[in-house]
Amino acid sequence: MPRIFAYIVHKSGAADDSAAELNAAARKIDPAQAPAAIVTGWGAELDQVCESLRSTYGEIWKVAKEPLAYPNAELVRAALVAVLPPGSILLVAHGHFGVDLSPGLAIKLDAGYVPDVVEIEGVEGRWLKAVRQEFGGLISARVRCDISTGAVLNVRPGAFRPLEGPPVSGTVIDKSAEVGELSSRRRYLETIPAETGDVDITREPVLVSIGRGIGEPDNIAIAEDLAEAMGAAVSCSRPVVDAKWMDKSRQVGSSGKTVRPKVYLACGISGSFQHLAGLKGNPFLVAINKNPKAPIFRVADIGIVDDILEFLPALANRVREETAVPGKERRRP
Amino acid sequence: MDILVCAKRVPDTSENEIQPNEAGTDIERDDLVYSVNEADNYAVEEALQIAARTGGTVTVVTVGGEEDEEILRREMAMGAKSGVLLSDEAFRGSDGRGIAAILKAFAETGRYDLILTGVQADDGCAQVGGMLAAMLDYPFASLVTGIEVVEGGKLKITREIEGGAKEINAIDLPCVLSIQTGINEPRYVGMRGIRQVAAVPIPRLGAPDVAMALGMAGKANAKAVHSGYFVPPAGKGAEMLSGSREDVTDKLFDLLKAHGGLN
Repeated sequence: MPRIFAYIVHKSGAADDSAAELNAAARKIDPAQAPAAIVTGWGAELDQVCESLRSTYGEIWKVAKEPLAYPNAELVRAALVAVLPPGSILLVAHGHFGVDLSPGLAIKLDAGYVPDVVEIEGVEGRWLKAVRQEFGGLISARVRCDISTGAVLNVRPGAFRPLEGPPVSGTVIDKSAEVGELSSRRRYLETIPAETGDVDITREPVLVSIGRGIGEPDNIAIAEDLAEAMGAAVSCSRPVVDAKWMDKSRQVGSSGKTVRPKVYLACGISGSFQHLAGLKGNPFLVAINKNPKAPIFRVADIGIVDDILEFLPALANRVREETAVPGKERRRP
Repeated sequence: MDILVCAKRVPDTSENEIQPNEAGTDIERDDLVYSVNEADNYAVEEALQIAARTGGTVTVVTVGGEEDEEILRREMAMGAKSGVLLSDEAFRGSDGRGIAAILKAFAETGRYDLILTGVQADDGCAQVGGMLAAMLDYPFASLVTGIEVVEGGKLKITREIEGGAKEINAIDLPCVLSIQTGINEPRYVGMRGIRQVAAVPIPRLGAPDVAMALGMAGKANAKAVHSGYFVPPAGKGAEMLSGSREDVTDKLFDLLKAHGGLN
């Protein structure tokens, strides 16, 4: 069995949550082998990350190089090609960095590549058996990956539950000397933080959230009307922002905002993992979608199969009926 | 600037129910409606806008069979100067690496300053752009949401990172970029536009035409092979509310009230 490594993404001196998940995913490939972590970066933050990983990983390979202070995937790729033993299996979190890094890395390593892995069903000879989802989560696919010359697997965040058990006391091994001078024809310049719009959806306790099912921009008024009746705010999923119907600041998801409402009404939202990644704090999740097979119904608390363009006005009326009643009663002698 | 855009024809999820076939060996393909992959439309639009600013041409290429010509024509109707179909029995069953190798062979028959792909196909892996760049030894950036042409054979690009933040990079030409949806507003293509390009010949090139060694193409050389499909497990599953719309709104109203959903 080849050696298994986990590339650890980190920020401001803290390892990403996926660090423990990759450790768990590695055991599904080879239960007998403790994987090693690889961390690239520079300075005190890098040392802090390596130290924090000692409770999860038996071995932490550290690559400290000044050009790696910002994780430019092109430079990280060159560093990994330099330090990885031939034929290794490398696990990477399937986020914006993994998507940037891994396909090209697999080519440079002459390794197999499977992205967005949600399950690993073991190894049979030279074939590793992985499961991924396609068509926005509508269908699962079994993919066999040839690992005879190594493999890069991008693992979906949240798909593997971290292992339970006592902490290990890992060793940090400095591999920096194995990496030569790093340069790239792509240079990081700056990061522009997310904009805050007119409404801060991260602070709203109740969200009426709309997706592709809203159909056209004029229909957004239907969701706004329901939100007004409920005392809620309107948020949305990616396709609504792509179509320029709502501002980016209203988008819930991994490339948008992370929200923690008490109640979340997903209206005409299919429920891709990128969208659900932005929904935290286990809200009461109501899904309304005309497709009974929409993936959102797998994770919602309450599901309603209906056309949102008709259902949302009906619900708004129902809410207003109730709120109108006390007023009437007060007028009675 | 001469720009190559790699596009793909995919089952349209808004028009089809995607489910496994009876044997679980593939998705059910009877009566599927196909269209051009959504992100690829944004890539073509971006290429057209850059070419309009800098001069130069836009070529759209795909790997497949005769049925894939329709998406090339659609993108030509958007304004791409030419479409090329890479088609060979030996390409059948290629994985992403194989497709990237075929595209690399074609890219090397011309001189392209910039190669764009869509960020990901609905049935795909967001992999071909990064692989193609590595094979060509060009710099690569994924999830691109903005391109600015600066002097001296360089681009200033915006990438989408987490939480709505953006990362700005400078990148040298030639390069490969994978284009994120939402970067622009792809222009509308009507039936009239499609008819106008209906007679334009689309060259069909096989492995010998692009001088391609077949070491990576085809099913036999694939390192990643789809072996089955199934409906994802339901998880805990939602409690489904059914009945008349009036009943359902009544039930939901009570639930929302109980969970603090009405302010």
